Amino acid sequence: MCPQTVGLVQGALESAGITTTGATGVAEVSQKVGVPRALNVPWRLGYTLGEPNNPKLQREVLEQALALTDRDDIPVLEALTSIGNDG
Amino acid sequence: MDPELERFMRDYPWRQLGEIIPARRIKPLAECRVALVSSAGLVAPGQAPYDNETKGGDWSWRSIPAGVDIQSLTEHHRSDSWDHTGIEADRNMGMPLDRLHELAADSVIGEVAPRHISVMGSITAPGRFIRQTVPEIVEALTADEVDVALMVPV
Repeated sequence: MCPQTVGLVQGALESAGITTTGATGVAEVSQKVGVPRALNVPWRLGYTLGEPNNPKLQREVLEQALALTDRDDIPVLEALTSIGNDG
Repeated sequence: MDPELERFMRDYPWRQLGEIIPARRIKPLAECRVALVSSAGLVAPGQAPYDNETKGGDWSWRSIPAGVDIQSLTEHHRSDSWDHTGIEADRNMGMPLDRLHELAADSVIGEVAPRHISVMGSITAPGRFIRQTVPEIVEALTADEVDVALMVPV
């Protein structure tokens, strides 16, 4: 349910003029809900940021999600590219 | 993925946002104030936990101050359809506030917003969430002059 719940928030924020992005572990659901921008991550549910206590990998997810805010051609759904060697 | 969960994902009547006019980011990211929105059911010390007996899912939200020790948050998400072990080991898996502070320190983003949003994402009946909670969250982040909001579902 989580991608729908945050998707509802995301849609309202975007409509209110706040640029939104995010990560998702279930691209199908994010797509069905139609969230403005999302980075599709390859890990199991609960592991959206990759790995606990792995700041490098977590940061990479955030940076790639934030980079999607360059885009106005919403809905934007991109897959995470190049994960760190220790990820 | 568990077959039952997979079936649910396929058959549930997901809400659809419809057409949205994009909120264009005008400033460079390095000048933007960024807030996190987490659905991991996290609460800060002293805050009421999510009520996991609420039919249709607890639709309330919590404001998480930017200066909180992220590992002091407790997790109250009712669903067992996701793996809780990552967040148990490191709360940044649900609300990566430490990472956001690092991005601000390195000038990747402008600054960390003064508060961040926690919800408990397992809401199967989202009517009250849409009517009550979502407008409150929009109001809070608008008041905080947030430029970019970053969603972290679990």
